[in-house]
Amino acid sequence: MYETTYHRAESVADAATRLAGAEDGKLLAGGQTLLPTMKQRLAAPSDVIDLTHIADLKGIAETGGGVRIGAATTHAEVAGSEIVKRLLPGLAALAGHIGDPHVRHRGTIGGSLANNDPAADYPSAVLALGAVIHTYTRQLPAEEFFAGMFETALDEGEIITAVEFPAATASAYAKYPNPASRYAMAGVFVARLGDGGVRVAVTGAGQDGVFRHEGMEQALAGNFAAEALDGIAVDADEMLSDIHGSAEYRAHLVTVMAKRAVAACG
Amino acid sequence: MTSSAEGIGARVTRREDKRFVTGKGRYTDDMTVPGMAHAAFVRSPHAHAKVTSLDASAARAMPGVEAVLTSEELVADGVGNLICGWMIHSKDGSPMKMGAWRALEGDTVRHVGQAVAVVVADTPARARDAADAVVVEYEPLDAVVDALDALKPGAPQLHPEAEGNLIYDWEIGDQATTDAAFASAAHVTRMEIRNNRLVPNAMEPRAALASYDEAEEHYTLWTTSQNPHVARLVLSAFYNIAPEHKLRVIAPDVGGGFGSKIFIYPEEMVCLWASKKTGLPVKWAADRTEAFLTDAHGRDHHSEAELALDADNRITGFRVKTVANLGAYMSLFSSSVPTYLYATLLSGQYAIPAIHANVKAVYTNTTPVDAYRGAGRPEATYLVERVMETAAREVGMDPAEFRRKNFVRSFPHQTPVIMCYDAGDYDASLDAALQAIDYAGFAARKAEAASRGKLRGIGFSCYIEACGIAPSQAVGSLGAGVGLWESAEVRVNPVGTIEVLTGSHSHGQGHETTFAQLVSDRFGVGLDTVSIVHGDTDKVQFGMGTYGSRSGAVGMSAIVKALDKVEAKAKKLAAHLMEAAEGDITLEGGTFKVAGTDKELPFFQVALAAYTAHNMPEGMEPGLKEGAFYDPTNFTFPAGTYICEVEIDPDTGKTEIVDFVAADDFGTIINPMIVEGQVHGGLTQGIGQALLENAAYDEDGQLLSGSYMDYCMPRADDVPSYRLMTTVTTCPGNPLGMKGCGEAGAIGSPPAVINAITDAIGSNDLVMPATPAAVWQAIRQGRTAEAAE
Repeated sequence: MYETTYHRAESVADAATRLAGAEDGKLLAGGQTLLPTMKQRLAAPSDVIDLTHIADLKGIAETGGGVRIGAATTHAEVAGSEIVKRLLPGLAALAGHIGDPHVRHRGTIGGSLANNDPAADYPSAVLALGAVIHTYTRQLPAEEFFAGMFETALDEGEIITAVEFPAATASAYAKYPNPASRYAMAGVFVARLGDGGVRVAVTGAGQDGVFRHEGMEQALAGNFAAEALDGIAVDADEMLSDIHGSAEYRAHLVTVMAKRAVAACG
Repeated sequence: MTSSAEGIGARVTRREDKRFVTGKGRYTDDMTVPGMAHAAFVRSPHAHAKVTSLDASAARAMPGVEAVLTSEELVADGVGNLICGWMIHSKDGSPMKMGAWRALEGDTVRHVGQAVAVVVADTPARARDAADAVVVEYEPLDAVVDALDALKPGAPQLHPEAEGNLIYDWEIGDQATTDAAFASAAHVTRMEIRNNRLVPNAMEPRAALASYDEAEEHYTLWTTSQNPHVARLVLSAFYNIAPEHKLRVIAPDVGGGFGSKIFIYPEEMVCLWASKKTGLPVKWAADRTEAFLTDAHGRDHHSEAELALDADNRITGFRVKTVANLGAYMSLFSSSVPTYLYATLLSGQYAIPAIHANVKAVYTNTTPVDAYRGAGRPEATYLVERVMETAAREVGMDPAEFRRKNFVRSFPHQTPVIMCYDAGDYDASLDAALQAIDYAGFAARKAEAASRGKLRGIGFSCYIEACGIAPSQAVGSLGAGVGLWESAEVRVNPVGTIEVLTGSHSHGQGHETTFAQLVSDRFGVGLDTVSIVHGDTDKVQFGMGTYGSRSGAVGMSAIVKALDKVEAKAKKLAAHLMEAAEGDITLEGGTFKVAGTDKELPFFQVALAAYTAHNMPEGMEPGLKEGAFYDPTNFTFPAGTYICEVEIDPDTGKTEIVDFVAADDFGTIINPMIVEGQVHGGLTQGIGQALLENAAYDEDGQLLSGSYMDYCMPRADDVPSYRLMTTVTTCPGNPLGMKGCGEAGAIGSPPAVINAITDAIGSNDLVMPATPAAVWQAIRQGRTAEAAE
């Protein structure tokens, strides 16, 4: 690791000021990607501004029609939240299977979304549920937020403050993990929303990061059952291929995981 | 012989674990010497390239930098090339073709991660920064990573010494009689078999701390070694570092080796050289990336195997052709692994009248390959047991009964490939495993699994391996550069406490417990009065170290011989002190007694008398200390049966090992708990090879699985709760009847797993690792093939 200057931000405004004043600053929101990258000397920020001690960024609250989760809330807190478990059991289950206990007690939802790893779990839930990402300056609907692998609509220095999820009638996440990293090789979040619509979002498998599968959504809107997905093909041309699995395998896994997520919705 | 509650056979908890589990272990990287500097290596990013220039001027000017040293200076100082210590001759009689391997390469780099220079600086971070500032220009050359590709005409050539990248073309067995067996065979089973490449991944990465004392012209090296004396010998005799009496090598606590810490590597040598060059103690500790790129890898074979059967399904011949990938350079024992440690076990547990094997060893632009847990025997076992299972399926015989029909049953049994099996009962372990798994109930379990949509399969592996590689004269005649005996010294202190100095080295095996149990058993003294000393060339006179599951069968046999001498002298002294005949003295429960009387003397009083020397028998020297060297008469032959049951999810290809039974014959067992731990670890490594682990290179020679994000080590949820049992035939070749247990699990388990998966999916076309993607693909191909018929 290269030398860096650590800052513990006291407020979002304080963090923004420190970031603006740094030569090449980076926000630390849990560090589960940033710190390993720094340790491998693949990143060398001059300053690291820690967001995880800002009270305004923490906590989970029930809002009128859903749940608001502070950006610096850890995966373990989301997984253990009674509010999340009641309103969005699929989201709680997703958070409970990210990484391992160490990761879940350090990693945060805001950090995961800002990084937008194509194999991260949270993006699928955010996109499937149609969550809204709150930043220091504005609100971004999920559709506008994700912009391909490791790319988001966030401006330089823009800080995520919270994610607001609408409640769903049913929600579930099914993940097939990469045997080595345990990141998703195919993670499918299925949400049945209050208006009767169904949304299906896929992480880990696509070449451009998280995506919705409209064919599955339409089929499930007509018949919310795993069998409804029989014969719905996922285009292997748009899937990732690497030493862990071919594009065909990932395309196949997407359908298998989608069926399991539907079945888990009960 | 006496015995105690802490003696042979007792489940004593490991004495060394207190320091390990409380973080009080002392590993090489924990050592500090005043004024210590740190080394960082400049490494090649290319698999094959000419080094066209190296500019260290910027690095030398950086803060804290003491030196940047290159190949030119290494060669000028007369530091020798790294060597391979086992000479193999090709079938035409020519010696193996060894390419030059310099610890720092200044001309042509041949694998990613090869060191071209070293920086010595006052902190690790500054050394790293300066290493990054060394400007090296390369002219990339075409690379070759697969051994079969390396043999093709027109393949990139690695070493001028080895034309066509061929190191040797070796054979064993009788080709004419084997060919004749095939000519008259009723059935022939043919297979192509791949053994995947593995990265050892010891928990503690390699490290070295070298300190040169200019006044004494003496070096001290702390290092992560399984065999510090062998390291000293090689560093002295071949690399011209220092004569042996001017070089002390200490291998303190070592966090796992699995073979990868047997060898002498460039980095440790460079630290020694740099410590003299800079006048500073120099430390280096590998990070995990360096471990992936530079620790010797394991396995990597392509084989063709053919098994000939007569009309009664008895094996009449076995013919094998193997191409072994040795990587970019010949590591210390690399040449012996795919030859004498591999092809000599191709008879398995079976009476096979004719065997012929041909092995070609090949250079490629990959990390050097050498011994890794099992070293040759896993490759042999995988080949034999995959072929046995396949042959049974082809002739329509039950795979257990097909094996049983061909078992060796009379001992000693001379195979056609050098080995002479001394003792065993292969029916006993097969029977025990069949009963434990409830073989008769398998069909019902398979049907029940099918009702849940799962494919259930069962697979066998009746393995045999060879431990305690020996005797020295025999291995010498086969090309080994060293003898493979072991030494021990037993020092009884004046107060009766006992220090045992051993040439074996413990890096996870629990020797501090089991070796003390032997002493406790023998003298009836408490374990707390015994300490085991190992891993320091200044304390232990000489030793060959620990690998090949040799420390019990060879290392403890040397201790037995030394204990014999101590006991004989102590009895003589006790007899003198108690005015009795020597033949009437017994040693029971830590006390010398005169048979038929109530006269007795505690052990410590006899020890004290030996040191006060006030009252000794005529001519007896004072003191109570004896040493011994033990050279075995033969290998030992652990064997057993492993049965694996799997369930496969056809939707994802995911394999779950639902049951695993291991029936092993290790001969005499000192501590069943430690043996079970060894088997658990071995099985888990074997399952890792079968299902998860793969060192994958791209065609340019970049290691794709160079971190834990892509290299899949087995985790707790990948393995079942093993069911272990032992059957015992004692080894006639050593005083305790021990065979060895350290590698059996890794040797025997991969074929059991793959045989179970191929049974479940009904397709034999599957290579290791059987990842979910690979199994799914095999299922899909099997169904396509079925549909086409």
